Formats: sequence, C-alpha cells, structure tokens
Amino acid sequence: MRSFLSALALGMCLSTTSGLAQVATPDVLANDVPADSVTEAQLSGLAAVIAANRADIAKPSRQTIGPVIDQIAAEGEDAAAFLTAWEARELGQRESDGAIFKLDRQGDVYALFNPITGEPSGTAPRSDINEIKPNSGVRGLINSALVEFQLNAADPTIRAAALDSLERNSDASQLAPLRASLEQEEDPALLARKQRIERLLTIRFGETAQARVDAINDMGADLSLDLRAALNPITSTTTRAFKGAPTGNIARTLTPGQDIDQTQAYQLLIDAGLQPARLTAADLRRTLEDNISDGQVGGIPVFQLDDPDKRIAAYRALVAQGQAQAAATDADIADRLSGYSFAEIYADPDADVTTAAAMALKTIDMKVAAMQAADLGLDAISLASIYFLAAIGLAITFGVMGVINMAHGEFITMGAYTGYVVQLYITDYTASIIVALPLAFAITFIAGVAMERLVIRHLYKRPLETLLATFGISIALQQLFKNIFGTQARPLTSPSWLDGQWALNDVVSISYIRIAIFVLALIFLALFLYVMKKTRLGLEVRAVTQNPSMAASMGINPDRINMLTFGLGSGIAGIAGVAIGLFAKVTSELGSDYIVQSFMTVVVGGVGNIWGTLAGASLIGVLQKGIEFFNPSNTLAAQTYMILFIIIFIQFRPRGIIALKGRAAGD
Amino acid sequence: MKQGFISKNPNVLIFISCLALFTLVITVLSEAYGTGLISTSMIKTLGKTLCLCLIALAMDLIWGFTGILSLGHFAFFGLGGYMIGMWLMYARTQDIVLTQSGALPMTPQEIQDAVTNQIFGVVGTSELPMVWHFAGSLPAQLALVVLVPGILALIFGWLAFKSRVTGVYLSILTQAGTLALSLYLFQNDSGLRGNNGLSGLQNIPGLDSVGQAAVSVWFLWGSALALGLGYMLLNWVVSGKFGSVIRGIRDDEARVRFLGYSVESYKLFVFTLTAVIAAIAGALYYPQAGIINPAEIAPIASIYLAVWVAIGGRGKLYGAVLGAAFVSLVSTWFTGGKAPDINLGFYTVKWVDWWSVLLGLSFVLVTLLAPQGIAGLISWLGGLRKKEIQK
Amino acid sequence: MTGMKKYLMGAALATVFAAGGAYAQEDTIKIGVLHSLSGTMAISETTLKDTVLMLIEEQNKKGGILGKQLEAVVVDPASDWPLFAEKARELISDEGVDVMFGCWTSVSRKSVLPVIEELNGLLFYPVQYEGEESSKNVFYTGAAPNQQAIPATDYFLEELGVEKFALLGTDYVYPRTTNNILEAYLKDKGIPAEDIFVNYTPFGHSDWSTIVSDVKALGADGKKVGVISTINGDANIGFYKELAAQGIAAEDIPVVAFSVGEEELSGLDTTNLVGHLAAWNYFESAESPENEEFITAWHEFTGDANRVTNDPMEATYIGFNMWVNAVEAAGTTDVDAVTTAMVGQEFPNLTGSTAKMLPNHHLTKPVLIGEILEDGQFDIISETDPVPGDAWTDFLPESAVLKSDWIDLDCGMYNTESESCVQQKSNY
Repeated sequence: MRSFLSALALGMCLSTTSGLAQVATPDVLANDVPADSVTEAQLSGLAAVIAANRADIAKPSRQTIGPVIDQIAAEGEDAAAFLTAWEARELGQRESDGAIFKLDRQGDVYALFNPITGEPSGTAPRSDINEIKPNSGVRGLINSALVEFQLNAADPTIRAAALDSLERNSDASQLAPLRASLEQEEDPALLARKQRIERLLTIRFGETAQARVDAINDMGADLSLDLRAALNPITSTTTRAFKGAPTGNIARTLTPGQDIDQTQAYQLLIDAGLQPARLTAADLRRTLEDNISDGQVGGIPVFQLDDPDKRIAAYRALVAQGQAQAAATDADIADRLSGYSFAEIYADPDADVTTAAAMALKTIDMKVAAMQAADLGLDAISLASIYFLAAIGLAITFGVMGVINMAHGEFITMGAYTGYVVQLYITDYTASIIVALPLAFAITFIAGVAMERLVIRHLYKRPLETLLATFGISIALQQLFKNIFGTQARPLTSPSWLDGQWALNDVVSISYIRIAIFVLALIFLALFLYVMKKTRLGLEVRAVTQNPSMAASMGINPDRINMLTFGLGSGIAGIAGVAIGLFAKVTSELGSDYIVQSFMTVVVGGVGNIWGTLAGASLIGVLQKGIEFFNPSNTLAAQTYMILFIIIFIQFRPRGIIALKGRAAGD
Repeated sequence: MKQGFISKNPNVLIFISCLALFTLVITVLSEAYGTGLISTSMIKTLGKTLCLCLIALAMDLIWGFTGILSLGHFAFFGLGGYMIGMWLMYARTQDIVLTQSGALPMTPQEIQDAVTNQIFGVVGTSELPMVWHFAGSLPAQLALVVLVPGILALIFGWLAFKSRVTGVYLSILTQAGTLALSLYLFQNDSGLRGNNGLSGLQNIPGLDSVGQAAVSVWFLWGSALALGLGYMLLNWVVSGKFGSVIRGIRDDEARVRFLGYSVESYKLFVFTLTAVIAAIAGALYYPQAGIINPAEIAPIASIYLAVWVAIGGRGKLYGAVLGAAFVSLVSTWFTGGKAPDINLGFYTVKWVDWWSVLLGLSFVLVTLLAPQGIAGLISWLGGLRKKEIQK
Repeated sequence: MTGMKKYLMGAALATVFAAGGAYAQEDTIKIGVLHSLSGTMAISETTLKDTVLMLIEEQNKKGGILGKQLEAVVVDPASDWPLFAEKARELISDEGVDVMFGCWTSVSRKSVLPVIEELNGLLFYPVQYEGEESSKNVFYTGAAPNQQAIPATDYFLEELGVEKFALLGTDYVYPRTTNNILEAYLKDKGIPAEDIFVNYTPFGHSDWSTIVSDVKALGADGKKVGVISTINGDANIGFYKELAAQGIAAEDIPVVAFSVGEEELSGLDTTNLVGHLAAWNYFESAESPENEEFITAWHEFTGDANRVTNDPMEATYIGFNMWVNAVEAAGTTDVDAVTTAMVGQEFPNLTGSTAKMLPNHHLTKPVLIGEILEDGQFDIISETDPVPGDAWTDFLPESAVLKSDWIDLDCGMYNTESESCVQQKSNY
C-alpha cells in the first residue's frame, strides 16, 4: 500500500511538477530511482519514519496518530525539533511528491527547509504546498510526546510548557521521567509545580495502593480543580445489577423501592439482558394491529379499541391464545426483581484508595460548597455594581429631579460608542480608555443639556408626557446609532492590564474588568455624595428639588440648576456606557437592555436617595444570582422571576426600600 | 334611551356609518366578494388595523380619560391572541392527526400525544403542557380570551391601586410586568413554544376549503363589528356620570377621593375593562396576522400604543382610532420600501433607515406642540370654520 | 372628522392601487427579497439582501434567464415576524414574484410557510437551521443539524477527546432542537446524562461570569470538557470576552460555535480566542478559484474591501445559481416545474466540492471546522466530503421514522413505519 502511494506520488510528480520544483529537490527524489528504494534504502532513522508516515503526518487524526508520534519520538533528540515544528504548524507537504518540509512563507512562494536538519531546500509556489495543520487534539498528543524531551530543557519556558502539557493530559508513562527530572530542577517555582504534578500523577498511576493513598493524604484538601480531577475518577461509580450478591469494590448497595426506583432497577436488568423488555404502548398497538381478524382482536371489536383498558384486555386474550408474548406489568416487576441485587461499584478496584479518595473529597466538597457561595456572592456584587452604574445617572435625573428619561439607555449607548470611536483613533487601549471616559462624559453631558433645554424644560409639569417625548428621542437615537455605526456590534477592547481575573482559588474568582466596574461604581457613589453634600451645586440642586420657587427667590437660577443636574446625570450614564461596553457588547441596543432594570433599581431602592439606589441594585443583583443558582440551566427564568418579585415588592413597599419621609416625599 | 344616547352623541352615528361604509366599500372591492381591486394582503392589513384601532380605544379610555398611562396593554392584546391561537393550532393539528390513525381507532391519549408531538416535536416536549388543557375546545378558549387577561388585570390592578401606586410609578410597573410576561413566554419551558410562538393561525380549522380571500374578509367584518361595538360601549361609558368621575380622577385624584368616590374601584374597573377589550382585539388580530410570538408583547409595543393615542389625540375616542390607523398605516408604507428615497446629493435618505428617526421625533413634536394630536387639529379646524360662519 | 376619515380611506385605497399598478412590466422575471433591513435581524440579513442583488446584477450582465432580465423586489419585514407573512403574501400575490430569497430566523420562516404553501410560492432559505421540516415550496440551502452539529460533535469526541459537554444556547428553537438532538446523539455515543450540561440564556445576554465559571467547574471530575455553543448574535461577544477574562484557552476547554462566523467576530478582539472553533459549510478562508472570484465580486459590489463573506452568503449563492439553472432546464419560471427541475441540480460550491439538491429539498454540503485566527478569520482544520442534508434527524425517536422525498413520495413528512404521508403541508 505504501509503495503504491509513493509510486502514485512519483507519477504525479513526473507528470505535473515544474522544472523548478524538481531542481529544488534532488535530495529526496531522483527521476530514475523507484520511490520505495528512496524512502527506505537511502533514508534512515527519523527521516525514514517520517517518509513512511507522510500521509498520516499530513492529515493526522487524534485517534490514529498515536503510534506514529511514538515512532517519531523514539528516534531521539532530532525528533523533538520535528515534533515542535509539526505542533507549531510550520510544516507543509509538497503536493507533487508528498515530501514534507518546514515552511517559511515569502509572498507567493514558500521557502522550503529540511524538517530535520533545517537545511534550505529551495522554494515552491503556494499552489504546490499544502500546509499541515494538526488539530488541537493531535497537538495535545504531540505535546505529550515532547514532554520527556522538554522536562530537562535548559530554557525554563520550555520546561514550563512541558508542565502545561502534563497538566492538560498525562499518562502513566510520564511519571518516571517526571520523577527523574525533579532532582535536576533548579527553578524553585517550577520545582514546586513538578512536585505537585508528581503527586497528582502518583494518585492516578502510583505503583502500589499505599503509594497512592500516601499521595492522596499528602495533597490534603485543597480546592484546586486538578486535585479534584485526579480524585473524582477514582470515586466514580456505576450502578449495576447482580444475580446474587454484588461483587467488586462496592460503594453502596441499593434496595429497589428505597434507594432506587423499581422501574429503574428493572431497566438495569433489561440492560444487562437478565430480563425481557417491557411492553411499550407502540408494541401493544402493533401487536394488536397485526392480529386483527374479522374486525376483531382477541374477541374485542376494533372500533372499541380506542379505550386503553380494552386494548390490554385484547392483548391478554392474545396471550391466552398464544399469539403474543406475555409482558411484565407493573405488578410483576416487584416479583421479578427478587433474586437480584443492585449496587454502585467503584471504577477503581482498590478499596483502600477509594476510601482515602472519598474521604479527601468529602472534606474538599464541603470547602467547595462554601467557596461556591462566596463566588456567587462576588458575582452578585459585580452584577449589582453594573446595575448601580447603569442606574446612578437615573438616580439623579429621575430620583432627584423626578424626570422620567426613557432615553437614559441611549445615553449609555452613546458613551459606549464614544469609547469605540476613540479606539479607532487611539490604538493604545490604556490611553484610549483614559481619553474615552471624560470624553464620554462631555458628550453625553452636552446631549443631556441639549435635551433638557429643548424638550424636558417644557414638560416639567407633565411627567407622563416627558416619558413619551423622551421615549421618542430614545427611538430616534437608537435608529440614528444604527444608521451611523451599523447594526453590527462594534469592538471596545479593554486594556491588557484589565484582562484576566483575580482568583482566590479555582472556585472563587472574578475578572479584573468587573473589579474595575465595581471600583468605578464606588467612585461615583463617593462623587455623587460629595457633589450633593459638599458643593454649592449640590446645595442648590437640593434647594431647587425641594422648593423651586423658594430657591428662585433666594437667588438660585432653577433653570440653570435643572440643566446642570440633568447634564450631570446624563454624563454619568455616558461613563457607565464605556464601562459596560468593555465587558459586554457595543450595539445600538446596549442601553435599552438596561433601561427597565435601571428604573426598577431606582424605584425599588426609593426615589431621591442614592443609598436607596445602592440598596436597590444590591437587592436586584443578589436576587438574580440567587434565582440563577436554583435554576442554573435557565437564565431567562431567573430574569422573569426577578421582575415578578420586584413588582410584588413595589406593591407592598411602593416608596422603595429607603423611603423619604416628610415633605420631600410628596408627589 | 337609545335614541337619547345617539342624539346626545352624534359622533357615534357618524363613526358607525363611516365604519360601515368603509367595510362595505372594502367588501365590494375585495377579491372574494367583489371586483378584486383590493388584494387579500391589503384586506388583512386593513382588518388588522381595525383591531389596532380597537385596542387604541381601550388605551384612550384608560389614559386619555382616566389618566393612567398603562404601558402594558399590549400584553393583554397578546394574551388574547395566545388564547385563541392555542385552539387554532390544537384543532388544526388534531384534524391532521385523525387522518393518520392506523388500523386501530386512536385512544384519547394517543390523539393527545400525537398532537403534542406535532406541536412541540421540534423542541422535544413529549407531554402536553398544563396550559393547553382546554385547547381542544373552542368555547373554553374563547372564554379564556376574556378571562385570562381580565383576571390578570384584576389582580395586578387590585394590588397596584390598593397600594396607591400612581403616575409614573404605575407606568414603570406595568412596563416591568409586560417585560416579565414576554420574558416568561420567551422561555421554551413556558409551554407556549417559546420564541417561535404559535404559527399558521390564519388557517382556520374546518375552513380549509374556503380560502384566505374569503376568510380575510370575514375577519375584516368581525374586526369592524368589534370596533363599532367597542366604540359605542366606550362612548356610552365616558358620556355618563361614570365618565365624569374618571375624568375627575384624571384631573385631580385626591379631590375625587375626598368627594367620597372609591377612586380605586373606578380605576380597577377601567383597567380590567380595557384589558378585556384589548384581549378581544388581540384575539381578532392574530388569526389575521398568522403568527403570535413573545416579541409581540415586548414593552415597546405598548409604548407605541400610547404613541398612537397621543398622536391621534387623547380624550377623544375618535382621536385614538385615527391615531392608530394613521400611524400604523403610514408605518407600513414607509417600512414597505414603497416610499421613494430622497437623494440629497451627498447622502440618500432611505426611509427604511430614517423612518424610525422621523417617528421618534414626531412623538417629541406632538407632545411638545400639539398635545391634543390629530383630533385636536380637527377640533381646531372645526372651530375655525364655525368662527368663519359666525362672521 | 369625516373629512379626515375619508382622506385616510383614500390614502389606503391609493396604496392599493399603487400596489395593483405594479404589474406593468411583463418582460422581466421578478425575484422577491424577503430579508429584514431594519430591526434586530438587520445586522445579519442586510448582507444577504446585498448578496442577492449582486447575484441578480451578475446574472443580468450574462443576459438574464430565458432571454428576460431579472428584477429584484426588495421589501423590509423589519424583524417583525408577522410582517414576514404579510410581506410574503404581498410579494407573491401583489408583486407576482417567481421566487423569493429570504428569512433568517426560524420563526420568520415558520411565519412565511403557511402563506407560500397556500399561494404555491417558492422560497430559498439560506441559513443553518434546526431541521424537522421539509416543505414542498422551500429549498433549504443552509445546513441541517447533521451537516453542522453532528460532525462538529464527532470532531469533539474523536479528535479532541472531549468526554463532558456543555451545551450553551440562546433560548429559542434552533438551540433547543439542536441541543435535544445532540443530547440524544451523545447518549447514543455512551456519554452519560450527568456529563451533559445544558444552559439557555436570553437573546443579547451579557452577564456570563457565573455560567463560564460553571463550565470551568465541570472539569472537576477529571474529564475533558468541551463547549458546544448555539449562542446567537450579540450575546457571543460577552461570552467570548468572559472566556478570555477567565483565561480559558482552547486547549483546556474548546468551544465550537454554530452561529459565530466572520461577521460576528468583526465585533471582537480575537487575540484571546485563537484556537476556539466554529463549524460551518463555508469559511471565507476556503481556497478555491470560485471563492476568490466571489470575494472579489463582493468587494466590488459593496465598494468595501474589508467586507467579509460568510456561510449564509454561500448558501444564497448556491441556491440562486441552482434556481437559475433549474429555470433554464424547465424553460419556465412556473413553481411546480422549477421545483421538480431543482431536485438533482448540481452546482460547484465555494469550497471546491459540488453541492447537489436532494429530493428532500436539502443540499449536500461539506462540513468545515475552523479555528479562530488573530485576524478574525478561520483556519480550516477539517473538511469532510459533502454530507447529504437530513430533514428529519435520526437521533430523536419521533422523527427518526420520518422521511422527506418530494419526487418519489411527494411528501415532506412520510412515516416510514406506517408507510403513509403524515401531511403534505408543513406543521409550522
């Protein structure tokens, strides 16, 4: 077969290759030498292995490539370079003759190099080369094979890569080389990792049960995923049926009717081939249909057989006549279960190891549960801070001024798009965010002031109509964004120092971007409090809100104050937009996703009080995460129930969590 | 009495005659019963517009007359559609299933399973959800068209009005409720086919042979009849003492309360009544539209409803009808790609892209400059003419 | 008031007459384009509208079909599902179009179906979908589940060695059905139910941290975890950002997406996503002369050299060309003649193999799996031979017995057990 393939390749080469390609490859193919003799006689060692497995190397499949990789790896140090190049997708196969080269793309041609020695072997046009792209499954196998070469490499990054690979997938054969490399390791960090991996591998592949139990005890009860990943397979069980007493490493025995449903138990018997299958409704129907004679089945007229009881009666009659097989009814099952036992059996046969693993896991699981609660708490706080950030502008315009601004969401969107536009011009992400935040504030501040001047000012006495008019603005703005930026989501990328996450352990973690949003929310809370309580503007705002005419007679210009307050609220929405855009998407609908939640945050918390908004956001965040926790497979349901809860909450506390008392509370 | 009502409210007579004339003209021009000048799709559009006019009437009663800006009435509209849609789907599927029975007659369970499999097969639910319990019976589902939204409105209204939730708060609350309902229906687990909703509703079970041309005219008649009756009913409601009380609530709720009226009961009655009217409108609308899904109930639909009424003119029943008809038809025209693009040289205005902007800005302008809407314009024109005559 | 009313009626009538007057030109073949140009779906569908317009323009340059020029009738159903039905009716009965190209979401297709079946119209549907449907009047040029989901899952099982699956989807019918099929398929392959984690999120979901943490935690029992994502549209952006933030590399937990293409990735910084996968029948990076030509034509038509091409565009391209050939073969645009001529049509697809229209109105398509690259394109790492599309999946018991064949059986929903046609029309 192989010689046939090579001959085929040679034939193709003769008929199709250009002179250039032939000149370029004197070392592999000569015209008059049969292909087989080239590959097997003139090549030796690694080159021979590669030549013999060209087809597999060029189109590797994880399921079949294992032996080839092993063969290559067995060829010693040279193999490492080849495998590394293969893994890095630097290899290519020349279509004309099937030869494999290391590639370097230069415009429309590839420069070719010998994959083992690295010697240049001329060039080839792009059309003649197929790049070899092992998929990540194959790359994983190559990496595993590379581990033994890399563990003692001089370059610490290569050693670290080997450990990465070991952490991803490993097998028993790697335990010995890893142990051997422990002594030579000088880097303390890498040594610690190596020791840890050695312990984990010992748990899984240790030679003796005692060694494994020791390893389990050594690890103690830490929360990392890899330890659980090593322990869990040991304690995994399968439920099986036994004739007589159960055998094997029993986790627990099951009594039908108590620990296991009778029908499930019976199903186990069916699966094990110990009992016949039950009669299904479809089989019943089919059997009856097959036995219709003279418009009757088992003595019952066909037209009466739309009654399930009659069908069973007919079937019984058929059984009695010997025309159908007797089937187990629910009542029979209990009888048939007797004489069998059911048990959960550990996958691992060694009882000492499974006991130790189960013990360790028990402790770990308790810790994990506590940590999961903590993680959920973090998520809830994060969500609350996002809601708070989205709602804080509204807490000013709606909460303080009493203006319903349905276009608030569009101000958020406007901020996010500002961030996007800034990134078009400033490519450094950190600088762009620093520019974008004040710019978003400025733009939405101006937009807010313009809206207040042109529209809202005329409607202070008609709150319901403010709602409509601002809604009109919202529709118009949303469509305007679509016309300008397109309907496609736009990228808004966070600076790289906000990539990644803060992780306490493998359970509790939160991404930096969310921490940043949390911090931003805190800053705005402080800013709001400062402006309202400590500045002249805040004093005037409070005065105008409480009694405009009195404030006016004290020399405050209510028009100006309203304008500034509204601008401030809108500006904060713009900054919130940049923050939200960083962790989610930037589309024209970004803001409207938050508008209902924002209003509810303000209303639930209690109008006119920033602490209320904070309380509202926390309540909604915690609630949503709590409901999600109970129904993890359906996030949509969580949102529905959360809104329902809020509606009911408002019915009973119409003024919100923190209600203003006295005159300020008046409508 | 009847004589008195009509003579006191001449606009009812005018409205009903206009509506009758309109229906007659359309019928004469229809494909099924006349010259065929108006296509079936246009008849469906007109029929649907009549239903929208009906719900706009309801909206006018609750907002224009009672002063409660409900942002949730489209939810009742949608619920009405769902209730009738369940029967339409179930009955149609059952007809198909029954032709499939093999040698044995099917048991009721088998029929139900087969129907379930056909309706829910795509999303793999094997059991008929509870809410479909009555779906096989037309009278039951017709009753539910009224009962489900009615009871929901009653409960919601009772809670809200009892807690004295008013004004903007109530608007936001109704909007949140609508959002919750549409999110709920979006879930596949709600048992109403999630995002796909109920489809194929235009095919009325048992009427396969009649054809859509005729069915669409029948629905037009039905919608016109409902609109006419609704108009009469609401006119009667707002013209009596009841009307005075609810207008009083709109203008100064506290004062009406101090006069000894049970403001909450009045509000609750209006809220429930309008919810039921909305549901009936929905039940007539969706068999013409052919499909109902949760997107129909999205909060924005209810806001549009308020906008129709605002543009048409609040506090005037005919204003609501005009607003709904005008905005929805113009909207259809602009989004239909029929409106000519305007080439400004440097930029071509495509109405598909700019229609929403125009619509949004027109809300603002109407609210700011013409709070009485189209109806206000007509009254003003009427006033001018009178003045001219007097001169 | 009455004046206004009459004016309104007049306006309505005027619209009707305007619509009626559009019959004038008889010497063109009309092609309806039923894609949303506004609303939430405009993002995806506008591209397909442009594709159809480009194909029509090219065909007209070649002299049209049967000596007639083609004329596009574009309408905007505005992502409003009932409006799809209304516009389809308008296109067929008022405009008299001979064929329609359109729809993206399943719900829009379900909305249109009864109308085109009633009026005997013809629709080409170019998007991957959940299957479980075959209408006489529709040709499905996108992928059925066995042409996208199943091969991708096989790839996970065989090539990546995934033992535990997280099926994440947006809560609507395509993910629901696909995940149901995949669950059944995985159980067939010996994956126990507890190793399949299913989660549904709303459209446009943005709060992904909990879900991604949950997925990460699945690895606790030492099995290799893989994510099969049917998350739709914008929600992907938040999802991938969260994946990147939690440092989940493709080597640890690979994600294969069925709804993420070149277009969706353009809204993202892909550096942290390199190596995650997508399964389609076409990638822009496919190397074939047809594809190069198509991309060039697309850039010329749009006047934008950065516009990407994607899978539904290829499906539109194949569908359009097959329809042209079928009309020429039938010698008429009559729907019945064309549907018969369509079956068996072959046309080279853009990835180098040939698409063939099957009697169940689905195509044969190769399944490509691509890894995300830093530039937002895909590196094709696996390509199968063309797979015949299956209208009714073999992995759900209720539909395993169903079969569609519009040539021999004249039925889209044929029960092979009872050997009878369940129904000729669709069950919507």
